[in-house]
Amino acid sequence: MTESIGIVLGKLAFVLLFVLNFGGVLTWVERKQSALMQDRIGANRAAIFGFRAIGLFHGIADAVKMFTKESFRPANAEKFIFTLAPAISVFFALIGFAVIPFGDKLLLGGTEINLQLAPLNVGVLYLFAVAGMAVYGVVLGAWASRNNYALLGGLRAAAQMISYEVALGVSIFGCIMIYQTVDLQEIVRWQGGYWGGWLPAWGVFLQPVGFILFLTVGIAETKRIPFDAPEGESEIIGYNLEYSGMGFGMFLLTDFIETVMIAAITVTLFFGGWQVPYLMPDGFHFPWGGTVELANWAVAILQVVSFTFKVIFFLWLQMTIRWTLPRFRYDQIMRLGWKYLLPISLANIVITGFLILMLK
Amino acid sequence: MINVHDKHKPLTFIEKTYLPAIVSGVLLTSRHFFVNLTRHILRAFGVKLKNMAAVTIQYPEFLRPLFPRLRTMHRLTRREDGTPRCVACMMCETVCPAKCIYIIADEKLENPQIEKMPRSFDIDLGLCVFCGYCVEACPEDAIRMDTGILEISNYTRNGMILDLETMLSLEPMSSRYVQYDRGGEVVSADYIDERHRSDA
Repeated sequence: MTESIGIVLGKLAFVLLFVLNFGGVLTWVERKQSALMQDRIGANRAAIFGFRAIGLFHGIADAVKMFTKESFRPANAEKFIFTLAPAISVFFALIGFAVIPFGDKLLLGGTEINLQLAPLNVGVLYLFAVAGMAVYGVVLGAWASRNNYALLGGLRAAAQMISYEVALGVSIFGCIMIYQTVDLQEIVRWQGGYWGGWLPAWGVFLQPVGFILFLTVGIAETKRIPFDAPEGESEIIGYNLEYSGMGFGMFLLTDFIETVMIAAITVTLFFGGWQVPYLMPDGFHFPWGGTVELANWAVAILQVVSFTFKVIFFLWLQMTIRWTLPRFRYDQIMRLGWKYLLPISLANIVITGFLILMLK
Repeated sequence: MINVHDKHKPLTFIEKTYLPAIVSGVLLTSRHFFVNLTRHILRAFGVKLKNMAAVTIQYPEFLRPLFPRLRTMHRLTRREDGTPRCVACMMCETVCPAKCIYIIADEKLENPQIEKMPRSFDIDLGLCVFCGYCVEACPEDAIRMDTGILEISNYTRNGMILDLETMLSLEPMSSRYVQYDRGGEVVSADYIDERHRSDA
């Protein structure tokens, strides 16, 4: 922890821009990807000087609309909490990224930069603490609206997110038991090994069940379709019913940021984070013998690019799932969470522990 | 393609995890995604393709073909001498379920055989339900709904009211309709091809 304030601020800017840009672009991806999946063209009308840029300007148009729209507050609403709730929601979605490592060490002018915003040795616990706080924005906003439908949405959010919080924590115990650490940077370094000399030692090969469980629960935590009971557009409109303008926009942004968040955590825990197959700190060492020498900065860039592409893949996967499946009924969500995901997660822990003991 | 699920058959354990259904659904939608993405990219590079990447008709620039019997905005027909065919018999006003037709009758002085003509003939399109009963009821073929005008909107309620002069001045817009021959084949539909030129 001898990094100067400038380096920390630089990393902060990088992470924040990374996340917010992904969040913004996801609004475009959501429109365009759903359109392609449904044989449509998708939003393409927003134009600057007649230049449409395949609909990319719609995100800007959205932002302009939300900022200039009246932020209406119902007369009976709890003034302070109603205003604060979207900020809480988006805040806890954003700060989780502090512990996500997006690269190994970068040597810059003699100083060694750890490409992780906050090198916290309890990274996983921190992530779950933050994810656990995320429900507060939703519940407080719903309650403060003084609207029965919003409150119903808030109750559903509380029930769903707390139920899945349990499975979320339990589903990655198997991973932590194997990695023997909760430091995310160390977890990624652990995954730099190879089995049989060629298969990357990524968590997904060790914990396939854990991966599926985590991804399912993670999608439930983003409270997007198929787990959007808190919103339930067709029946209760949801926890954000009374919000308009940027208050609503922040809830919307939270969902997108959480999508990026789940993608980033999945990549970090199960897909080797910033690891590039066969890339060592001094260049490529292929299992068939060849080596390619690379400078430290080139390795760092490759790692960041690798992390970004992995995240993009999982964003794509989450979007595909979101536009493929219908919403689960409330009782199905509860049954899936408590009767299937949690017991399977627990069984996963027991079997993993048994195998670790056997193979020792 | 559709699997009609028997409600009375309990799900197996594998089915209860929802995973097989999710995987097959995701494969289906992602196949559409990648096929359409490839087609869009190829088209952007000017490759002519047999299949379209999207079925979208880009509305304000390209109009959807209309079926010939579609009921659109009303018009009033004229006699050969240019006077309205309407004889103010009030059939349409009587049959109208939305009660949106208001006719004030007048004596037709120049032709005593016809006796009556409308002094004013108003249709409130804000109330009209486009059922077409007025066209059916008219004994004189004086009112028709074949203008092809669908874009009916106004800033005021009064602006939604069609008067006699407006309806007399409207023409049938057959060009917007698809022309079918007796066998049901499309014989004229110029703008069906136009939508191929629409870009993403």
